[in-house]
Amino acid sequence: MEGSFVRKAGAGYYLAWIPLAGLLVLLLGRAVGWQAAVVVALPSCAVYAFVCRSSRYLCRILPLRRMSGPRIAVTQLLAALLASTLFVLLAGQICVAALGAEAAERVRRQIPLLFIAGVSFYLLAVAFHYILLALEAAQEAETRAAEARVLAREAELGMLKAQVNPHFLFNSLHSISALAGADAGRAREMCILLSDFLRTSLGLGGRTSIPLREELALARNYLAVEQVRFGDRMEVREEIEDGCLDCLLPPLLLQPLVENAVKHGIAMLAEEGDVVLKARAHGHWLAVTIENRFDPEAPARNRTGLGLENVRRRLSARYGDEARLEARASGDRFRAELRLPVERERKH
Amino acid sequence: MNESGKIRAVIVDDEELARRYLRELLAAHLEVEIVAECANGFEAVKAVNDHRPDLLFLDVQMPKLDGFEVLELVGADMAVIFVTAYDTYAMRAFDAHAVDYLLKPFSAKRFEEALGQARARLGRKMPPAAELAAAARPPSQKLDRIVVRDGPRVHVVPVQKLDYVEVQDDYLALRTEGRTLLKQQTITSLEAALDPERFVRIHRSYLVNLDRIAKIEPYSKDSKLAVLKDGAKLPVSRAGYQRLRVLLGEEEAR
Repeated sequence: MEGSFVRKAGAGYYLAWIPLAGLLVLLLGRAVGWQAAVVVALPSCAVYAFVCRSSRYLCRILPLRRMSGPRIAVTQLLAALLASTLFVLLAGQICVAALGAEAAERVRRQIPLLFIAGVSFYLLAVAFHYILLALEAAQEAETRAAEARVLAREAELGMLKAQVNPHFLFNSLHSISALAGADAGRAREMCILLSDFLRTSLGLGGRTSIPLREELALARNYLAVEQVRFGDRMEVREEIEDGCLDCLLPPLLLQPLVENAVKHGIAMLAEEGDVVLKARAHGHWLAVTIENRFDPEAPARNRTGLGLENVRRRLSARYGDEARLEARASGDRFRAELRLPVERERKH
Repeated sequence: MNESGKIRAVIVDDEELARRYLRELLAAHLEVEIVAECANGFEAVKAVNDHRPDLLFLDVQMPKLDGFEVLELVGADMAVIFVTAYDTYAMRAFDAHAVDYLLKPFSAKRFEEALGQARARLGRKMPPAAELAAAARPPSQKLDRIVVRDGPRVHVVPVQKLDYVEVQDDYLALRTEGRTLLKQQTITSLEAALDPERFVRIHRSYLVNLDRIAKIEPYSKDSKLAVLKDGAKLPVSRAGYQRLRVLLGEEEAR
């Protein structure tokens, strides 16, 4: 909006000369007669408007914030005197060309008035251009800030992507290495599951929204890798309503919650545990829940809450107050519930 | 080593595949006999107690008790090879204390090296487990629970349930929820591991949970008494009183 304002202001500069020319006609008219005033003032103001427009170059070379005040004042005043001299000479030429000798003489007596008008108009143009420059600078700063925000978010996303849990990676590789001896087929299978997971999660990060279907596919892929590690210790269940599969959400939003369920749930349980994925849409809310069994007596030392914090920050960056994450432990169950506004994939 | 001259080993890892891999690698070593396999910390403590092995393969991250806690509970008179996937602090602690360890995934060659080193160390004492655990903890993280073995039983005491600690000869008497547990550790090393904002050394022989103090009473010219909420009275030395004043703020302690 501000951009178009600045552009319109540039065009409006010439419009602003119409009242200025009118003012000059009024001032001259009483002394030289209305007809002569119009004949002299209008063409000379039209040309002078272009002369004064060039003051924007001087304004750019003499930015208010970086140059000393007196230096700017002296330079602009000299420029104004010079421009105004041109203005007076121009008016004089028009007089000679268009008016009779008597009228030209009357106008010549008004040279001081013309000169003062020329200086004032020039200075007005200077003020106008300084204001315009300030607006431009403000707009540029705003654009830069917005760009910085986007970059920061991208960097953060990059970091989140790089946050593939090293524990998960090394333990999975160890499982593959363990399987390689006696069960090469399963080792290969796990290699492929792990590669699929890494490739998909790296690919998703670049997009702004993905359908829940894809996020769930990634979660299943991840859980399939962990299933090889944990075997009977982990049971995965799903309660997903078909209707919400095409709801959109930011990529990798569920992933940290699913990883938490394994890291703080299954991995810390001496007995079997479960991870339950639920999703349903009601009204314009999409609710996605990840629930797992955990050992309430396990030390909280590794539960930094950083994963949850990241999810919350991403929710508020995207939805403001419109979405929330609730995480709650009760007994030996841990439950993280995401609620976001329903946005659906556009059908092509 | 038993009569047959075999090295008796226990494998501790919560992942079946990881145990299987170690089993496979050890199969080539006829001189090593696997006497037990455990999937969590509690099982490990029991197995070591029952079998008194010469060699322990110990996973760091496990359900119930982590590898360091297990080591603390089973004593130090066996060779231990720690096994971990990724833990920069633990690795630094192992290096600093010359403890053998394997990083998952590890090769057969790396395994042979670690086994060779551990065999050279058989029968020698491990560094004190509490010190090793303290070195492996990230600097910002304080001890959150204390493990104590009482015969065959293992007690896990969350530090917020600890009232106070008293030195009793070579042991520490930990007072928690109306009972006393004995643990072989120095009060200095426990004090260093606990959060200094919550636990204060009020006396050479006493470490107290700040939350439990009800009031401070004068006792003699140079000393005072801390009265706890459950009525227990503990001596407070002059230096201990200074520390209390700093923590509680001048007004409150006066």
